[in-house]
Amino acid sequence: MEIPDYYKILAIGKEASPEEIKKAYRKLARKFHPDLNPNDKDAHKKFQEINEANEVLSDPEKRNKYDKYGKDWQHAEQFEQQRKSQQRARTSGAQPFSEGNSQDFSSFFESMFGSGYSQQTKFRGQDITAELKLNLSDIMKTHKQTFTINGKNIRITIPAGAENGQTIKLNGYGGQGVNGGPSGDLYISFSIPIHPVYKRSGNDLFITTPVNLYTALLGGEKIIDTLEGKVKLNVAPETQNGTTVRLKGKGVPVYKKEGEHGDLYVTYEIKLPTNLTEKEKELFTELSKLK
Amino acid sequence: MQTDTMIPVHEFCIHHKLEQSFIFALKESGLIEVTMTQENYCIPVDQLPQLEKIIRLYELDINLEGIETITHLLDRISQQEQRIVELSNQLNRYQSDE
Repeated sequence: MEIPDYYKILAIGKEASPEEIKKAYRKLARKFHPDLNPNDKDAHKKFQEINEANEVLSDPEKRNKYDKYGKDWQHAEQFEQQRKSQQRARTSGAQPFSEGNSQDFSSFFESMFGSGYSQQTKFRGQDITAELKLNLSDIMKTHKQTFTINGKNIRITIPAGAENGQTIKLNGYGGQGVNGGPSGDLYISFSIPIHPVYKRSGNDLFITTPVNLYTALLGGEKIIDTLEGKVKLNVAPETQNGTTVRLKGKGVPVYKKEGEHGDLYVTYEIKLPTNLTEKEKELFTELSKLK
Repeated sequence: MQTDTMIPVHEFCIHHKLEQSFIFALKESGLIEVTMTQENYCIPVDQLPQLEKIIRLYELDINLEGIETITHLLDRISQQEQRIVELSNQLNRYQSDE
């Protein structure tokens, strides 16, 4: 069991007055508060340490206990043994806080002071982060999805046009607060892997499609699959290899702008015929002589 | 007007042990919205997460000007993070083409 040095955490001396403790706590809390450091796990951990240090040092009784036993392993062990024997003597009772909340305090804090925190100090619950895997086709339409986190079923709306790596915040769906403190927030980040066929850039999609030589030369129709069904394209006569056409509004929906879509860019890859028959060779030779 | 989506300012202030002038100062600075109903001033429920966050900052001895600056900078950070995500996705696209 690691004994945290609460004085070091708050960067104060052993003789610090209650006013100095309060000042040091506020100064550090302003630096590491989760509201000021969203998505920063290190800052969140540091803030928990600062909270714990303040919880102990700002309470004369707890500070006295910490000063007496905290720095001395021998006494701490004795205290631990005494505490265990006291615990055995006690009737078994339910833990007042769930596992998630107890993680907010070090094991030392809990063994020394128990997990019942002082009534006057409120702690915000932990922020929880989760990743939701989506396919490109999943973000073509706004839809609802239910998933389980921390044993709770949460139904969220996946907005059309969401980006890979984009994070949405659900206020109050994180860990439960302590002593009436507010619940933490739930951060869900979308993971959308690169599609094997469609490349995405913002709201635009890019696709390469093969076109045979005769359609490219003489023009014709070409049917392609899009994420929202088949689309018929008119290939212009004498289309060059690498020609790109734009299908307006066939891209990804614009995030939170209903009815607006990006575009789909189709690049033609002209395929030359192979395994020519004698007749075909003859005709191509004849054609070549015309030029 | 749906009253279940509105919280009277005076009730909110009693609950959070705040002066009503604090809420109106936040309204003046544009940090939150306060609506006037027939009887009294109310806070729309959707403003609560933002307001509670502001109160947490206020409890850390950050004054109104500081909260205003922090809120503005956090918005900027959020926009920059979104831009990083977009650029990172574009980079992935080009790398996958190689």
